[in-house]
Amino acid sequence: MTDASLHIPARPAMSDQAGLGDYWQLLKPRLMSLSVFTALVGLLVAPGAPHPVLGAASILWIALGAGASGALNMWFDADIDRVMKRTRKRPIPAGRVSPGDALALGLFLTGVSVVMLGLTANWVAAGWLGFTIFFYAVIYSMWLKRTTSWNTVIGGLAGAFPPMIGWAAATGSTPLEAWLLVGLIFMWTPPHFWALALFVKLDYHEARIPMLTVTHGRDETRRQALVYAVGLALVSLATAVSSIGGPLTLAVALVLNGVFVGRAWQMYRRTDADSEADGHAAEKGLFKWSLVYLFAHFSVFVAEAALGPWGGW
Amino acid sequence: MYKESATHIERRGRNFGILGVLIAFIVIVFGITVAKIQTGGFSEGFDHVARPALISQEEASQ
Repeated sequence: MTDASLHIPARPAMSDQAGLGDYWQLLKPRLMSLSVFTALVGLLVAPGAPHPVLGAASILWIALGAGASGALNMWFDADIDRVMKRTRKRPIPAGRVSPGDALALGLFLTGVSVVMLGLTANWVAAGWLGFTIFFYAVIYSMWLKRTTSWNTVIGGLAGAFPPMIGWAAATGSTPLEAWLLVGLIFMWTPPHFWALALFVKLDYHEARIPMLTVTHGRDETRRQALVYAVGLALVSLATAVSSIGGPLTLAVALVLNGVFVGRAWQMYRRTDADSEADGHAAEKGLFKWSLVYLFAHFSVFVAEAALGPWGGW
Repeated sequence: MYKESATHIERRGRNFGILGVLIAFIVIVFGITVAKIQTGGFSEGFDHVARPALISQEEASQ
């Protein structure tokens, strides 16, 4: 043993005084809120309304399941989170919660959320919730995130499932319309994230995460964002002409997609020099519109359903 | 006189938080139970009594 070994910085003391806020942060509340919103829309637009208490409880279990996958992700990604500035202050790398506690919380919440959703709604919804947690924690976090630049695309699928789980909670089935809602978020995620990656300096390369901007370059990222934006428009129009759509949805979808594809086109036509020159105006424009897009598109499905006999085709 | 340790004081907020979560869980499960009973479904036949749907009106009124 040498003196040098005595000077290795010790890992911070763990967990004893972690507050509830730290455990709450492990659940990734921002991602949870997106899951709650989209699952609620899935539940509301599905045919046949469940009892309000059962519907609200189902949404709660779906949110808890999303939180469970967040905790499992933070447990596995603690080594990456220590390297990146954006994530360095998360509870595990900051030393406020031990990795073991995060793992235990994630597994416990997985069990509670899946079993309770099965008992509250049905086992089809519970099965899909369990699969979604598995997909996010194992397929995305443990495998794809560190091995392929497709991580954003395929990982986005986990975030796309909640509306279908909400639908399944209400009906016990997952018809085409539920899958179209999945497709909408699946196609929306890459351009949303890549627009952000093009104007915020994300230090994924320091953590050796193969993001598209690093592996294939920023120009290719702009091109891919445009391709997915066009794909998103097609899925969106398919939802508008399906049984959950109607004239109102079609009108709103045309505006939302027109602006979305237009901004993706502007972003595609630029170079990094153009982007630097105007403070990343097009990239920020697409990112902000993507937030409006998702909220407005899912809201219009609810509006269409609320119109009753006056809505739909 | 008993003096509360510093650790206990620091953990108090967390313990009360967990208490709140547990109470909320009980309330939610109770609410789900009531809603399930109201909506019927498959609750019939699991309460160790004859299934009401299989009893005739006359028997039920006796």
